Parts: sequence; C-alpha cells; structure tokens
Amino acid sequence: MDHPDFLVHDSTDTVGVIVVEGVEAGQKLTGWVMDTDETITVESLDPIPLGHKVALSDIADGDTIIKYDADIGKAILDIAKGGHVHVHNIKTKRW
Amino acid sequence: MSKPKFRGYRRENGRVGVRNHVILLPLDDLSNAACEAVANNIQGTMALPHAYGRLQFGEDLELHFRTLIGTGSNPNVAAVIVIGIEPGWTSRVVEGIKKTGKRVEGFAIEQNGDISTIAAASRVAKEYVQWASELSREECDVSELWMSMKCGESDTTSGLASNPTVGNLTDKMGEWGANLCFGETSELTGAEQDCAARGADDMAGKKFLDTWQAYMDEVIEPHKTSDLSDSQPTKGNIEGGLSTIEEKAFGNLQKIGKKTKFIDVLKPAEEPTKGPGLYFMDTSSAAAECVTLQAAAGYVVHLFPTGQGNIIGNPIEPVIKLTANPRTVRTMGEHVDLDVSGILRREMNLDEAGDALIDITIRTANGRMTAAEALGHREFVMTKLYRSA
Repeated sequence: MDHPDFLVHDSTDTVGVIVVEGVEAGQKLTGWVMDTDETITVESLDPIPLGHKVALSDIADGDTIIKYDADIGKAILDIAKGGHVHVHNIKTKRW
Repeated sequence: MSKPKFRGYRRENGRVGVRNHVILLPLDDLSNAACEAVANNIQGTMALPHAYGRLQFGEDLELHFRTLIGTGSNPNVAAVIVIGIEPGWTSRVVEGIKKTGKRVEGFAIEQNGDISTIAAASRVAKEYVQWASELSREECDVSELWMSMKCGESDTTSGLASNPTVGNLTDKMGEWGANLCFGETSELTGAEQDCAARGADDMAGKKFLDTWQAYMDEVIEPHKTSDLSDSQPTKGNIEGGLSTIEEKAFGNLQKIGKKTKFIDVLKPAEEPTKGPGLYFMDTSSAAAECVTLQAAAGYVVHLFPTGQGNIIGNPIEPVIKLTANPRTVRTMGEHVDLDVSGILRREMNLDEAGDALIDITIRTANGRMTAAEALGHREFVMTKLYRSA
C-alpha cells in the first residue's frame, strides 16, 4: 500500500480517519492500522471529508466510540460500517 | 540524530535567548498609546499593547504582575522600558524585571503627560536599542533551550501526525536535558487520567488532577450555559473532523511523546524551578492566552502544531507552525514552517518528522524568522481571572 485512504490509531479502534480529499459513497477504501502495521479495507456509505471518521464496524445507538484505544464518546444513533461518524451521530460523555 | 547546538544571546542572569528585543511594556491599557509612540519613534523597538492593568485585585492582580514581569524577564528580551499611568505599580514591574540584571527603566504619565513621557522614554529606548544591537550570539547547549508547546485549530490530522511529531521532539529533547512546557487544562478533559499517569511521581500526577478538577469546578461549571459543544471542540475543530472533547484531548496529549514524564505543575506564567524536564502549566486552551503565559514563564521557542490552520504568533517568543493537513498546506502555506503531511501518505515516519522539527527549531533559535514573525503576528493576550473591582 502506498497512499492509504484512511488511518487507524489502534487495532481496537471502532473508527478510522479519512486522510484524502473527495471520498464518495460506495468507494472501496484502504486503511493503515498504525500500531500493528496491518492493512484493512472498508466500503464508504457516505461522502466523507478529509479528517472525518469512518465506522469500521456496525455501531449501535449508545455504544462507546473507541479511538486511540480509548473512550472518545458515545453513539446517539445506529451507525453502519462504512458510515460517516461525526457530531450528527456521536456525542461527548463529558461537559 | 545527534544532540544539536544553537547560537543564542546569553543574558546577565545566565539564561539564553534566541531573539534580541527591546520592548515597550505598558503597565496598563492607558499606557498603550505612549508605548506605541515610542516604538514608532525608535526603530528596532517593539510595543506590547494589552487591555488590562486597572483596578485588578487578589490572585488576578498577582497574575497580571507575574505576566508583565515574566515577559520583561524573558531572555528573548535584551532591555525593557515600562510605562504606566502612575509610578507605584510601574516601579513594581520595573523592580521585578531588574532582578534578572537586565536594563530596565520605568516612566509614569501622571504629572508629566503623554508627550513629555514619550520624549523621555524615547531617549532611553534609543540608548537601549543601540546597546542591544552590538550584542552577539554564542554557541549554547540544547539543554539551555526552553521550549513551550500548544496546538491550535486542531483536527484529526493533529492527533495522527503533527502532535506526535512534537511528541517525538519532546522525547528526544527530554533525553538531552531541555526544559519543555505544555498546558491547556480544559483541553485534556477525557484524557485527564492518562495525563496524570504521565506525572514523574504521584505528587506531580495528583497536582495535575487537582489543577484540572479546580478548572472544572471554578471555571467551566459555574459559567457554562450549554454543553460547550460549540467552544470545545471549536467550530474549526469540528470542520476538521473532531467530534468530542475526549477525541481532541487524546490528540492533544500526543505532544508530550511516548515516554517523557512531567516533573511539576506550574501556575499560569510561573517560572519552572525544578531543573530540566517537562512541565505542565495551568492555562486556557486559547492559543494566544496560553503562549503569552508560557513566554512569561521564560520559554524562548514555541512549537505549534495545527490542523485547520491557526495563524497565531507572539511578540517575544517565535512560534513554529507545523501541520499534517495537506489542504492547509495547499490553501494557507504561508503560515506553515514545517509540512509533515507526508506522514499521512506513509512517505515520512515519525522519527524523520521529529528530526525535521528539531532542525527547524534549531534554525529558528539561530535566528531564522518564523512564518508568524514574517507575517507580523504578535498576539500578546493577558489572562484575566475575573472582573476588576
């Protein structure tokens, strides 16, 4: 793999970060899991901007979102694998 | 990478600066005009206007003095002229700066007026700037380079690449005995336990958690009118893909590297006194407020990773900007000192990026102007704890 489409901090993470511009729905994306140096793939369900997150598995409403092998908030809607993950479907557990 | 050296200005108290500023420091808002007039009269001097200094009291007043005295005492400053509306508080700032042994003189406007004050201060400023112009740099060990760090307009690329690049520098510089400082109390929310675990001992970790909890209890909780979702993360953070404060906090924490431990927790603008190593400072997460406090504590070079493109500078501490966001490099590259977007394309690894950041840091210390300096960014923003009396 030369240029990955998305990066994953840790193999336990449930989201990856898109690192290219112009990702459209229905695109087969290649990802690099940084801590294990694995390559994974996922098909995007939505257009996802550079820097935004993609779900790496199906996530249920109320599930904890894992990134950096850590709790970064909770889902407030069901999110399908390949979906755009952001403020419309996840929320902080703080404040 | 082998341990580098840099060329800096050794000051009267032994500390080393990387810039040679002669500054006009207003005690208060009323004295900005006189300071700016002197800076206009005398080439090579710089005024640091700000909004405060009247009727402050208690801890807020102490912070005001600590920030002004610390700014004047910073080794990037060769000499200082303080101008205030009245002589009492003006002389308190002058006496504080004088402890460094550097040249400093104060002027008060009451019973003189602006025009006489400007004339008298201009004569001294001219002497100072001509004296400073003959100072020269000497070779110094990198352990004498005090570096602060703070990220801004972060996005997910910050946590993936530009903050870990600073972390790589932190781990290397930590081993070389440099003095480093991070801050941003509220922005560690969600990762506060992970941050506390990076304390060099239980006391440092506990002091951090107590500081964080006090910020929550005394600043956030009494004043919040919503869940802070429009402030932390910021609109820019959200545009860049950060969804929650927890996500932002774990990205933020990447700046302190993988192994460096912090040895103490500093009050805002407090000078570190426990020797070389990494310090945490209790600061706001707003860029200009944080960098102003770190500069007042004596830090001489600032490392600033950004995602969406924060453009901040500081009048006395050069701010080195790095980003991993390829769109930011393309659309606002004039603000970027180091492009580490190659990490996202797997063209560059973190060790190489850290070395590249050390290289640009040493070049900046040696005198290379940062993008923010070239573009005239001099955001000097005092932290105010509460309303004046």
